[in-house]
Amino acid sequence: MADVWTPSPRQRERDAYRRDRTRRSGLAAAASTLVLGGAVVLALTTSPGWPRVQHTFFSPEKAWSSLPAVAQGLWLNVRIMLVCAVLIAVLGMLLAVMRTLRGPIFFPLRLFSAAYTDLFRGLPLLLVLLLLGIGVPALRLQGVPKDAVFWGGTALVLSYSAYVAEVLRAGIESVHPSQRAAARSLGLSHAQSLRFVVLPQAVRRVLPPLMNDLVSLQKDSGLIAVLGVIDAIRAAQIETATDFNYTPYVVAGILFVCLTIPMVRVTDWFARKQGFHGAGGIV
Amino acid sequence: MSLLSVQGVRKAFGANVVLDDLSLEVEPGECVVLIGASGSGKSTLLRCVNLLEVVDDGVIELEGQDITDPRVDADATRARMGIVFQAYNLFPHLSVLDNITLAPVRVHRLPRVEAKSRAMAMLERVGLQDRAAARPDELSGGQQQRVAIARALVNEPTLMLLDEVTSALDPELVGEVLDLLTALRSDGMTMIVSTHEMGFARQVADAVCFLDGGRIVERGTAAEVLGNPRQQRTRTFLSRITTGLPGTVQDR
Repeated sequence: MADVWTPSPRQRERDAYRRDRTRRSGLAAAASTLVLGGAVVLALTTSPGWPRVQHTFFSPEKAWSSLPAVAQGLWLNVRIMLVCAVLIAVLGMLLAVMRTLRGPIFFPLRLFSAAYTDLFRGLPLLLVLLLLGIGVPALRLQGVPKDAVFWGGTALVLSYSAYVAEVLRAGIESVHPSQRAAARSLGLSHAQSLRFVVLPQAVRRVLPPLMNDLVSLQKDSGLIAVLGVIDAIRAAQIETATDFNYTPYVVAGILFVCLTIPMVRVTDWFARKQGFHGAGGIV
Repeated sequence: MSLLSVQGVRKAFGANVVLDDLSLEVEPGECVVLIGASGSGKSTLLRCVNLLEVVDDGVIELEGQDITDPRVDADATRARMGIVFQAYNLFPHLSVLDNITLAPVRVHRLPRVEAKSRAMAMLERVGLQDRAAARPDELSGGQQQRVAIARALVNEPTLMLLDEVTSALDPELVGEVLDLLTALRSDGMTMIVSTHEMGFARQVADAVCFLDGGRIVERGTAAEVLGNPRQQRTRTFLSRITTGLPGTVQDR
């Protein structure tokens, strides 16, 4: 039947009108972007200090010469991020699940989870890093690692799991109780309901804020530099120290953004592929 | 002039043509009941009239105005009708009273005091004046649906669309909602009701339309369509719902 149908003249007129509106709003968007962008560029380039700023932050030669060192530092950021992300996901999930357990026997677990998140969300990451990275090795205990990357990573995992646990808890609590009831009615245990029914829906819902934490982790992995490790930002700092040209920082920034954007797009695509659109649609 | 005139409307979701060149006229004060199997297009028709779906072709006129024209303000058009959904669709974060006053205050710009007094009058009409402060999940299904009807009625719509409003209710709660609709009918409200309640159709319908394959197969009074259907497809449908069994082979 679908192939027999041809739109009526009235419908063709409507479609033409809608296309025209789409085209117009596209043009308006392009025009306003051009005008605004042009104004910003003009304001920047005509400012009295621009040549100096351009040389200090956007020098192509400096960018090129610092790229290998910064990229090498970035590789460390990426490795730290990947390993920590997995550990944070596990620990965060554990904490979130602990927090949602019902029943008086689980009170200690609930209390621990609540206290943990309260503490590590409140503590500045830098303090945790210094305490673990400098404080613990200074105790000179037998068999305790002294590696800065290890302790830096541990600090990141401890802090970030607290954030991620809260995001996941919000997701778990957003799944309607009827879903759990339906799962339990089929004979699934509490743990099975959580694993096969509640968590898949919960995680999908909180994917965007989880991505926030992942991207933020990627940048905060640079804080390990305070323990003397050379990551992208620290590498840029070293490059800068020779001539006070800040271009390497900009190079590091661009590399970070280049990592972030595909990551976010891939998650969005994945969420859509899973058929989750949430609120929205045509009305 | 018809209050609502649906002319040759088509709506497809992908390859699935749900409404196929469907036409329907509704006179002011008329109560039109839509019957038909699930998937016959009853809900889609109501959603198209409420502009919750964009039609692929055809015209829908409300009081002579083409509301399917893309130049029409959809929000203003929707504000002239009320729609009640099968699943109530009350806002769970608002009290019963706030559910009802949301549109009067935000859309129709009524002073809050007046919106509240109108809402209370409407709640009294649906018999729930003592539950104004309750949250929707504290109410029974029938009470929730009566609140949903009150929420639609408080805006004084020219047309009420009711989409299988009793389908999610326990049998003993169906009555309270149908009684309310019958009272509404006596007040002269123009209504389009999609339903599986044939008894209700007999009681209130000025016209019964049987939908199948995205078209209105048969239209007539309740006595004609339900009592003495002209079309074979209508007979098959009615025999299925009255016996609760699939139609026999010779029926097809």
